[in-house]
Amino acid sequence: MITLHDVYVFAGLVFVAIAALSARDASNPRRFGNALFWGLIAVSFLFGSWLGDIANGILALALAALGGFRLLGVGVYTRDGEAERVASAYYRGDMLFLPALLIPVTAMLGTVVLKNIIVGGAPLIEPKQATVISLALGVAIAWVAASLWLREQPVVALQEGRRLMDAIGWASVLPQMLASLGAVFAVAGVGRIVGELAANTIPLGTPFATVVAYCLGMAVFTIVMGNAFAAFPVMTAAIGLPLVVHRFHGDPAIMAAIGMLSGFCGTLVTPMAANFNIVPTALLGLDRNAVIRTQWPTALLLLFCNTLLMYFLVFRFGTHHT
Amino acid sequence: MLVLSGIGIVVFGFLLRANPLLVVAAAALVTGLAAGLHPLAVLAVLGRAFNENRYVSLVFLPLPVIGLLERHGLQERARMLIGRLRNATAGRLLLAYLLMRQAFASVGLTAIGGHAQMVRPLIAPMAEAAAERAGPATAAARARIRAFAASADNVGAFFGEDIFVAVSSILLIKGFLGESGIAVQPLDLSLWAIPTALLALAIHGARLLLLDRRPASPTKVGES
Repeated sequence: MITLHDVYVFAGLVFVAIAALSARDASNPRRFGNALFWGLIAVSFLFGSWLGDIANGILALALAALGGFRLLGVGVYTRDGEAERVASAYYRGDMLFLPALLIPVTAMLGTVVLKNIIVGGAPLIEPKQATVISLALGVAIAWVAASLWLREQPVVALQEGRRLMDAIGWASVLPQMLASLGAVFAVAGVGRIVGELAANTIPLGTPFATVVAYCLGMAVFTIVMGNAFAAFPVMTAAIGLPLVVHRFHGDPAIMAAIGMLSGFCGTLVTPMAANFNIVPTALLGLDRNAVIRTQWPTALLLLFCNTLLMYFLVFRFGTHHT
Repeated sequence: MLVLSGIGIVVFGFLLRANPLLVVAAAALVTGLAAGLHPLAVLAVLGRAFNENRYVSLVFLPLPVIGLLERHGLQERARMLIGRLRNATAGRLLLAYLLMRQAFASVGLTAIGGHAQMVRPLIAPMAEAAAERAGPATAAARARIRAFAASADNVGAFFGEDIFVAVSSILLIKGFLGESGIAVQPLDLSLWAIPTALLALAIHGARLLLLDRRPASPTKVGES
């Protein structure tokens, strides 16, 4: 059975190679910073399951220090000039899209088909991780196909991967660090305190006020936590269930569905949701806040509509009776 | 109340534009200590969550292949493709991508799309090329279009996935309400996600189309 751990080994080996290539890049004044950074990520992927919690914590802090104190640099990468790329684009034609599309198509087919295939009594891939494993399979297939077709050694793709990872730099571990912060918040009981504060300080005498407080609370707490999943249990326990559902007899399914989507409005505007809002700015060569700047008007308007939507639906429709 | 100091560190850190990695690490340590945890216990919570969330960083796995194809002209080819589509504008192209992303996500296919494998190599260069059809765009206009390309991916994914009954957020809601003694059907939850999904498409779609109204090229004074 192919498991998530096998995918981690694949990713770990890629980062081992990127670290080794970084160490050899004399054009990067901070090449050993890069080598250590990508090397630690490789260690995390390869051995994280055996390191123990405290060693993993030290590893995470070491990555934060390397990235945060600007110990990463950028090298010179062997890349052909724009003229060569345009010539190749003419010569290779639309076939260039095929390997790129192979990745999502394999991920899609794998998610739908592979998880139902049984080999020797066990499923071929870990069913719960079907999408991630299929994505990795797609990458492997596209990697081999593209290297053969373009007649490039596998190391060329690794160098190109290093170029792109160096461009992302420290931002690459921010999503994982934020997940760690969320875990510390959870252990420290931050959510419970924020929920109590929200329930005790906001006037909640009318159905409309409770709906506003719930939707707004979902968005604001998601902005703080970077994740609507962390905000949902807190806000729903503090305002949603006791007030919207129990006191004012709103429908729980409508409240929960629209409440979660109000949280997603918060996700659109928070740097804490780094994988959606910060990593893309690094990938696209943009100012760190550029994606959030384009998303906040949509988020605000949608949150406003969502609140009205919940108010008009939650007390009128639904099948549930409490 | 003291445990909320971590939130303060995050807010001020981002406002002061300090490096987010350091801000987040500091906030985690301060919050844990303020809650009365032993420093080693804080480190353990941090390390365990970091390790359990390694799958988040698998989004970078396609980058070597994407980089290899970029070396052979993938972005340039994406720009050429737009040249052949006569009616394509940046706004219409991004609207089509938003619609596609949302539609695939709503049937559970969130793997189709994404910033690393779709937006950077294909969607962003195509949108830039469409905007530059009338003439070269300013660097600011091109940056704006790339940022909107990323936003189309986010909005489509967020407000499409909740229509799919087996997505993690639906399962989280069902589990949480179940623990509180309220049984809800996943289908009910996904049904009530549809109005917001349509509103998201309308609002962000309209903003994408408005992108075409803003001049991408520097205004040529006195040329007319």
